[in-house]
Amino acid sequence: MTMKTPLGAVRGLGSAKNGTHHWWLQRLTAIALIPLTVWLTASIVGLVGADYETVRTWVSIPLVAILLVLFLAATLYHLKLGLQVVIEDYVHHEGAKLAAQMTVTFASIIIAAASIFAVLRVAFEG
Amino acid sequence: MATVNRPLSPHLQVYHWGLHMTLSILHRTTGVALGVGTLLLAWWLISLASGPEAFAQAQVCLSSWLGRVVLLGFTWSLMLHLCNGIRHLVWDTGQGFELPTVRVTNLLVLGGSIVLTLIIWAVGYGLIGG
Repeated sequence: MTMKTPLGAVRGLGSAKNGTHHWWLQRLTAIALIPLTVWLTASIVGLVGADYETVRTWVSIPLVAILLVLFLAATLYHLKLGLQVVIEDYVHHEGAKLAAQMTVTFASIIIAAASIFAVLRVAFEG
Repeated sequence: MATVNRPLSPHLQVYHWGLHMTLSILHRTTGVALGVGTLLLAWWLISLASGPEAFAQAQVCLSSWLGRVVLLGFTWSLMLHLCNGIRHLVWDTGQGFELPTVRVTNLLVLGGSIVLTLIIWAVGYGLIGG
């Protein structure tokens, strides 16, 4: 038995039941992605026309590998949060909504795992 | 409390359409498009880890005319989402909602994304010599 009033118990939680958690993490990943995106875009532009060995050598620089992993993790999390809202807005059938949300969640995690593994493999193989 | 069919916001049709509304829906559209772009980036990195043949194949696809059109769209989508995203972060602080300000930031966002895209591609083409 709680002493909270019904209003007090739900205040700040909203319809998503977890308050500003989703909103905050979307902003947090957005802020992280500003410098990471500028860095990655500039780096990839610098690699235009580069051969296989040059790109591998670039990825195996420790700082580059770390930043790539951070970029991929932040991007895929930001993407998952963004697509979740798009689905909430446009998919109204409960079953389809659930299927779409699960697909987005699983796909984001799989792509994050695969791409981060690829970066680490290149980094560790040198 | 009865769950009646209350009207849902926003009532888009009662407003005069403006550039800020185009940029608003483009933020979402480019966000979804960038999801596809992330697949491209993942594929490129995975091909790099898979070996010279896989990487060469990816490079051939990406440097084809279709690949370049996709990459140009990817670049512009990323720059628009980046510029408009920064504007969204400013809006999150409660500032910049006045219409005259929005008109200025509209042009900064749109112009900025186009200029950045042109710079990126000019430098890229400069590096490979046309």
